[in-house]
Amino acid sequence: MIASIYRIQAIFFKELIQLRRDRMTFSMIVMIPLVQLMLFGYAINTNVRHVPVAVVDYSQTAMSRVLLQTIEATQVVEIIQQHTDLKSAQNALEQAEIRAILIIPNDLSQRLARHPSAGFGLPAASDEETSRPIAQWIVDGSDTMISGAIKGLKNMPLSELFGKAANRNVPTFEVALFYNPEQRTAVNVVPGLLGIILTMTMIMFTSAAIVREREQGNMEMLITTPIRPIELMLGKIIPYIFIGLLQVCIILGLGYFVFNVPINGGLIPLFGITLLFISASLALGLVISTVANNQLQSMQLTIFILLPSILLSGFMFPYEGMPMPAQYIAELLPATHYMRLIRGVILRDIGFTDMMPDIYWLGAFTLICLAIASFRFKKNLD
Amino acid sequence: MNKASSSELAINAKQLSRSFGELNAIDQLNLHVEKNTIYGFLGPNGCGKTTAIRMFTGLLKPSSGEVEVLGLQLPKDAEKLRHRMGYMTQKFSLYNNLTVKENLQFVAKIYGIAGKAQTSRIAELLSVYGLTQKQSQMAGSMSGGQRQRLALAAATLHKPEILFLDEPTSAVDPENRRDFWEKLFDLCDQGTSILVSTHYMDEAERCHKLAILEDGIKRADDAPAKLMANMAASVIEIKATGLRTLKTQLMQLPEIISAAQLGSSLRVLVKDTLDSPLQYIQQQTNIPVEQLNIVRPSLEDVFITCTGDSRQ
Repeated sequence: MIASIYRIQAIFFKELIQLRRDRMTFSMIVMIPLVQLMLFGYAINTNVRHVPVAVVDYSQTAMSRVLLQTIEATQVVEIIQQHTDLKSAQNALEQAEIRAILIIPNDLSQRLARHPSAGFGLPAASDEETSRPIAQWIVDGSDTMISGAIKGLKNMPLSELFGKAANRNVPTFEVALFYNPEQRTAVNVVPGLLGIILTMTMIMFTSAAIVREREQGNMEMLITTPIRPIELMLGKIIPYIFIGLLQVCIILGLGYFVFNVPINGGLIPLFGITLLFISASLALGLVISTVANNQLQSMQLTIFILLPSILLSGFMFPYEGMPMPAQYIAELLPATHYMRLIRGVILRDIGFTDMMPDIYWLGAFTLICLAIASFRFKKNLD
Repeated sequence: MNKASSSELAINAKQLSRSFGELNAIDQLNLHVEKNTIYGFLGPNGCGKTTAIRMFTGLLKPSSGEVEVLGLQLPKDAEKLRHRMGYMTQKFSLYNNLTVKENLQFVAKIYGIAGKAQTSRIAELLSVYGLTQKQSQMAGSMSGGQRQRLALAAATLHKPEILFLDEPTSAVDPENRRDFWEKLFDLCDQGTSILVSTHYMDEAERCHKLAILEDGIKRADDAPAKLMANMAASVIEIKATGLRTLKTQLMQLPEIISAAQLGSSLRVLVKDTLDSPLQYIQQQTNIPVEQLNIVRPSLEDVFITCTGDSRQ
């Protein structure tokens, strides 16, 4: 037993020395979370703003100019082009200079006058003659995010147009936003990023670290020594557990100080589930290392796991919106379960009982992967 | 074989075979390596030397047959053997990005050698293998000879009873090779049994005993001197002109095993079935007897005689 710990420790320190000398890997450990956090924190924004659009104004009245100002005031769109005919505007849309065209018809004033917001009482809703939309948007619908933003203008209040106070109508629903009332993307992205970065670095580093020993011939020497496979694996992955925790601290610290992401839950459940997820990822990395023959293959397999983890885990798109088959695949990925847990802990301070299903799943995943890895890792060359 | 004599053997292999698919890498190998000797495996690349060593170290399971190393049944007792054997791989298998000392410390820890015992053993090895000056240098930046010495130091760190060396000197210059062999004899003198594979004749000649392998089959085994003395051929050196045509002419005769040019003479191996090889050569070539000489066979001649059959 003591000899066993001694051997694990031998591998552990050897790994640390090698890691310290490997400047590239060492800087990646810090740079990956830093850069990714900055990129995702600042660049990814689901609140679409300043979409470039063009206007074809057939009415050319004071009213149309006021209308355009009102639209621009929403900040959803930015009018960068004025066209006199639809044809040239459509050209610009085709060239992707603009994302949408606003066509203002020459009977704008009449349409406005009959519009409900003009305040002349409500016309019969079914009567298209008396009440018609005042203008038309032609939207490049390929990007659903942008078309969605412009669709949001469909029922834009026009009260300002008539110099009235802002619309005080009673809405159908009252909406109260819990956990992220300011609707900042970073609040949702930063905890999710923990799962993505840990998936990437933990799987990649462990699988590559073990495959490298085999690739460079060190394994042939190691397997002729008294070291046991499980000792070798433990000695190899323990340093990466610390690296994983270091990355977690970088992401959460920066998230807290730069992006103002609150940590509502306790640090103990946070680090508890994170350690569990790190173990699951490391175990998966071990399985990959027993399958891959060289570092390139282990990298390819890591990406094979990483891509669905980014796309299906709920990091980018809501899990609930995915079709059933995609949800089944997502359920298999440790990142999906961790994403639920970590967002729950950081944003909503969920209780232990709510975490149990995902914790069980991650625990079972880790054990199964460890079993597969030690079964597949043979101490001979057959 | 009774128990008393088998305990004198470092390696005892009976009918040992290993195949990879269609290929028989080792075919029905019988091998008895006595303790406290240096035993050589001589053979061309791909003859099964590495496969045999891997079976003796428990890294490969035999397809059939039995092998006992230090009285331990393999592959059953492979883990027990690991504490008592050292293995130096063909390719340098220590860590290039660790220093000489760090590599040795790592290996010492793996074998459970700690504290003062570790410090003194490493210091001893560094001085024995002339690496004291280099102890802080990265293993990857050393010359082939230095790396080889480091690998030997690491393989013998835990004072193994048996040492396996797989082509240990393939990347080493002749002078370092000489030193390396001196170290091996020192180890042997201290009680280590050594099995070394090589494709260099001069190295093979240094071994106490030698097995010649070809295509996974053992063609001969004995002490090098005996192999040369009992060779089933005579060696005749011909000093003449037009050696290239002479060679072609001789090679067509069934009694001639081989003919190879060495500078201005031709070294011809003639089968032992002839009573007087000199006269035979003279009759065949009309070269005066004065220009023909029977010379002492070298190990290379033995090797060619043993392995020639399947080459033709």
